[in-house]
This record gives sequence, structure tokens and C-alpha cells, in this order.
Amino acid sequence: MNRITNCFKKIKNEKRKALVVFITAGDPDLEETKSILDIIDDSGADIIELGVPFSDPLADGPIIQAASLRSLKSGTTLKKIISLVQEIRKTRDLPIVLMTSFNPVFVYGEQQFVEDAVFVGVDGVIIPDLPPEEAAEFSVYAEKKGLDVIHLLAPTSPDERIRMIAKKGRGFIYYISLTGTTGVRVQLAEGLGDKVASIKQSSDIPVLIGFGISNPDLAREATKFSDGVIVGSAVVKLIESNSDPIQRNKKLAEFISSIKQAISDPC
Amino acid sequence: MDDNTKSMELPDAQGHFGPFGGKYVIETLMPALDSLERLYEEVHNDPKFQSDLKYYLKEYVGRPTPLFFAERLTKHLGGAKIYLKREDLNHTGAHKINNTIGSALLALRMGKKRVIAETGAGQHGVATATAAALFGLKCDVFMGEEDIKRQALNVFRMKLLGAKVIAVTAGTRTLKDATSEAIREWITSVETTHYIIGSVVGPHPYPMIVRNFQRVIGDEVSEQIMEIEKRLPNLCVACVGGGSNAMGLFYPFVQNEKIRLVGVEAAGFGIETGKHGATLSHGSTGVLHGMMSYLLHDDDGQVQEAHSISAGLDYPGVGCEHSYLKLTGRAEYESITDEEALEGFKLLSHKEGIIPALETAHAIAHVAKIAPKMNKKEIIVVCLSGRGDKDVNQIADRMEMGL
Repeated sequence: MNRITNCFKKIKNEKRKALVVFITAGDPDLEETKSILDIIDDSGADIIELGVPFSDPLADGPIIQAASLRSLKSGTTLKKIISLVQEIRKTRDLPIVLMTSFNPVFVYGEQQFVEDAVFVGVDGVIIPDLPPEEAAEFSVYAEKKGLDVIHLLAPTSPDERIRMIAKKGRGFIYYISLTGTTGVRVQLAEGLGDKVASIKQSSDIPVLIGFGISNPDLAREATKFSDGVIVGSAVVKLIESNSDPIQRNKKLAEFISSIKQAISDPC
Repeated sequence: MDDNTKSMELPDAQGHFGPFGGKYVIETLMPALDSLERLYEEVHNDPKFQSDLKYYLKEYVGRPTPLFFAERLTKHLGGAKIYLKREDLNHTGAHKINNTIGSALLALRMGKKRVIAETGAGQHGVATATAAALFGLKCDVFMGEEDIKRQALNVFRMKLLGAKVIAVTAGTRTLKDATSEAIREWITSVETTHYIIGSVVGPHPYPMIVRNFQRVIGDEVSEQIMEIEKRLPNLCVACVGGGSNAMGLFYPFVQNEKIRLVGVEAAGFGIETGKHGATLSHGSTGVLHGMMSYLLHDDDGQVQEAHSISAGLDYPGVGCEHSYLKLTGRAEYESITDEEALEGFKLLSHKEGIIPALETAHAIAHVAKIAPKMNKKEIIVVCLSGRGDKDVNQIADRMEMGL
């Protein structure tokens, strides 16, 4: 059984919700990413979602776009991120998921990517611009090699797509909380609970909510009807606004612990 | 060649042209693409929609556009007979409006009250703003900050037409980033907004829909040249940025393999400098803006900056059907530098009294190279995709700099 499945099993036994933390790999550079990952793990994140920078990240708002740019400027590539995961695996055992636009994977070579990712200890991959319609071959190969292809669902997804994608999804379902790009929001979208409830009816795997979950209150609210949350832009913003590593790591630890605390409270 | 005859029936049901095309977008947009596909299928065979479209193209846009024999240019070059398909005479001055009228009618059918568009040279932005004004739709146009500088006249026109022009400051601040920003806006407002893409690019069904709205160019050429010359042309030439005017001209001729099809891309400062927009000639397969196509990108899959003197060709991607025509060998793709394009710009102005758009000047420059090598009985049709008024300031600046 892979790390993601194990992780959710453990979370379920402990009767709590999952916390996935997203950062852009290589922001501000890959060396710093290592120390940031240690902090995230030590602060109680269940899963790390490591963003692969892309020149044209279409699903991202300004915060993660800027992080992508900083990362590319520091020389980050998909190859280097895979090496980074290999390095991290020497000391860390939490599940690691890569979030990437399709083109870097396509240019890397889809099969080669799957093999290398699995070899270094990547557990899953989220490719927002590779919907199930285009992912058939990739998914078959990933499944064969043991890499979870995590699919997304959105507020706009009709019932038949929910059923289709819930069946194809591996690891967990990433529910996009709002009709929009990634970013910090002040409230949850209307109707979020109903939609997640209907997805959970079709899905055997956990349903997590991402996009716009930017503070402990929203995280607590979102875990009332989901299996966990994905926090991204708020974390990336902290990294952006704290250039001193010691200060940054302190604030990251505080922030992630506060989210963890909020979703651990009995509702 | 089997592949070519099949090409008339492409894309396939999944929106693929061979290995190209498809729908590489986030889940949020997939349902909108599915419903656009269904709606298009419906209106494609709906006589009312088609007669509405025909009416506006005739009475508002001014179609059919003339197919003009460029006698002095032909004599000057001393080879094949050159005909100009005068898309510059369309209302708003370019072929772009063929697509925006059709797409705005689609928006009305969907009950969407707002349209958005990306624009490079500003021609698609103006054409979208025009259609939006005509049909009473709200219109926001995304335009790179660099292009806003290069194309001040078109920015002013869009504003006059009641559209909002949103400056895009990300990345290279040109068409690529304007397109990315328009897609992001669409992800946010997909339930109330129709995205009118300006070229034969983007996720399925866009490349097919835009091609079908633009094929009126080639359909008219086919009729007109038969009437004038009693035969079809030997060669069709058009400039290619995303490639909508080229696809519109080529499409009705794709099955007739006797007719050579040549698309002309931007070689910018020169291919060897790496600063160009010659995606088909020098790119490789990749995914950008929702489709698989040729792309200018590096070994790590990061999209590279394109360069062209003309904002409309300054794009690192290209329409997926062009990629297919290139792959199968049915069409050929050449490139023309900034300098050569400027010569083409002056040539057409002097010889025919027609100031072409800088984009179009690339096609003219290529014709100037090959027409002299062709037989005098042969016929070239070049798509005069747009007029050059928008470029006059930029060129005046350049000429004063000693060009």
C-alpha cells in the first residue's frame, strides 16, 4: 500500500481531517525548499504538495504565479525537483505529491517521468491541465508503476463528470472550492457543502478541498463537510514576504500549526 | 494521401487533429467546453443561425470581400499572377470580425451577457468589441502592456466601442500572457461569460469553431477565382501567428492537393538569433493554452518568448490544425524577418496603394520572394488579412531611426 493510502487510513483511525500543504518547489530556491519542507512536516502537515514551476500557470492566481517566476529564475527544473525529492526521502516519510502543468511532464517524457518520480519516492501527481479525457495513457502507466493520479473536480462539474472522475481518481479527490484561480479568499464559496456531499456519495477515496483556503477559520469550516484541506497561496505568501529564513520558518510553523489546530478541534 | 482527405473531417470526436489539439484545461472549464461543443453542433445545422450569420457578414461586415488582381505588383515581380483577398476591407479592417460576429451570436444563444477576448495587435480586440457593441454585450479585452504601447490606436478604438481594455503585466506582456490572463478570467467567470478566442488555438472546440467561421475566406476565393480565371490557384499564401486567416484561406483547399498552401511565420530578428515567432518551422510539440501543438519551449518544457515586429505574430504557439498540416506535409511553412516584412509593407503600399498590416506584410514579403520564380501563367492568392493603419505610428518611429 502506498504512502497516501496509508496516511488517510491513519487519519481515519485518528478520527481527524487531513492537512495538505502546498509550496512551489524552488521558491526562493531549492536549498531553501528543503528547510521549508522540514518545517512543514514538523508542523503537522499530513501530505506535501510540491508545485513544479511553469512559465504559464493558467490555474494560478498572482501569488503562485509570482512564486513560479521566482523559482524559474533560481534555475528550478522538473529534473532538479525529482532529485530534491530523492534527497528529502532520506529523512522524511510523509506522502509527497507533485502538482505540475502538463508541458514539463510531456517534455520530460511521460513514462520516464512516472518511472523517475516513483523511483525517488513521489507518491502522487496532480496535473490540472490534464483532464481524464487526455490522461488515459498516462494514468494507465502511472497506475501500473504505483503513482497516484489525483483528479480535480470543480463547482462547475455536473453529476455525470463527478461520477466518472470519482471512479478514475486515485489517492484523493481534489475539490476546487471555487470557480476561479488559486489565491487567498475571505470566505468559502456558496453551496460548497452540498457539492462536496454529492461528490462523497460517488467517491470511495477522501475528498479534500483546495483553492482559497487561507486561514484557520476557513479551514475549520471546510473540514466540516470534507476529509481535509489543501492550503497553498497563504503559505506561499508567507514565504514571499519573509526573506529572512529564520523568521520565515518561524512564521510558517506558527501558521501551519494554527491550521492544524483549527481542523483538529471537534466541530 | 489518405491523411489529407481525412483532414476535412477533423478534428475527431475528442477534438484531435492527429496527435494535436485536444482539451488540456482545468476541470472548471471542461463542462463549458462540452456545452459549447454541443451548442455549436446544434447551430452549425440550424438554418436560422446560419442565415443570421450570413446577414451580418453581408450587411454589417461587408462581405464578400473582393479578390483583387494586383497587376502592378505582378508586373514588378515578373512571375506568377498575384491576387489579393481583401480581408482588410472588412468592417474593422481585418479578417478577425468573421469569427467575432459568429462567436457573439453563439454567446447570445447561450444567454451569456459578457464576452472576453485576448488580443495581440488589437485587431481581434477591436473586432470583439465591435461585435459586443452590435449585440449589446459587455466586453473586456486582455492585452499585454507591451502591445498596448505598440498598438495605441486600436486600444483607443476598443475604448470608443465601449470595451474595457485590461493591461496584462505578467511575463513578456504580449499576446501569450494576454491569452493566459483571459483564460484565468474565464476560469473565474465561466458561468456568465463567453470567451471569444481570436485564432484557431485553444482547447477543442475552439480551433474548429474559429476555422469554420473563417473558412468563408477560402470559400469566397474559390468562387471568385473560378469566375475570374476559370480555374483554381496554384498557391495560397497567408501569414501565421495563431493562424486563423491562413486556416480560413487554406481549409476549403486542403483536399485539393494540386494547390500548394504556404503559411508565413515571423522570423523576427532572424531565426539564428532565437528571437522569432516561427513556431512551426522551429518549435516542437508541446501543450500551451489548452491544446497540444507545435510550441517554442526549452528542454525543461518552459515556454519561450517569441519575438516579432508585428504584435499579431508575436506568439510562441500556433493553431493545432496547422501543426497537423505541417506534420502530414499538406502545407508548408516559411518565415520572414522583421526587416523583410518592412520591405513587404512598403512594396504593397507603393505598388498597389494598399497599406497592409505588419502581420500581412510577412505574407507579401514571402510572395515577393517566390512569385518571380514561378511561371507567369501560375496564380497566387495571398490573404490580405488586415490593413496597416494601426502600424503606421510604429513604422514611422522605426523609419526615423534610420530604417
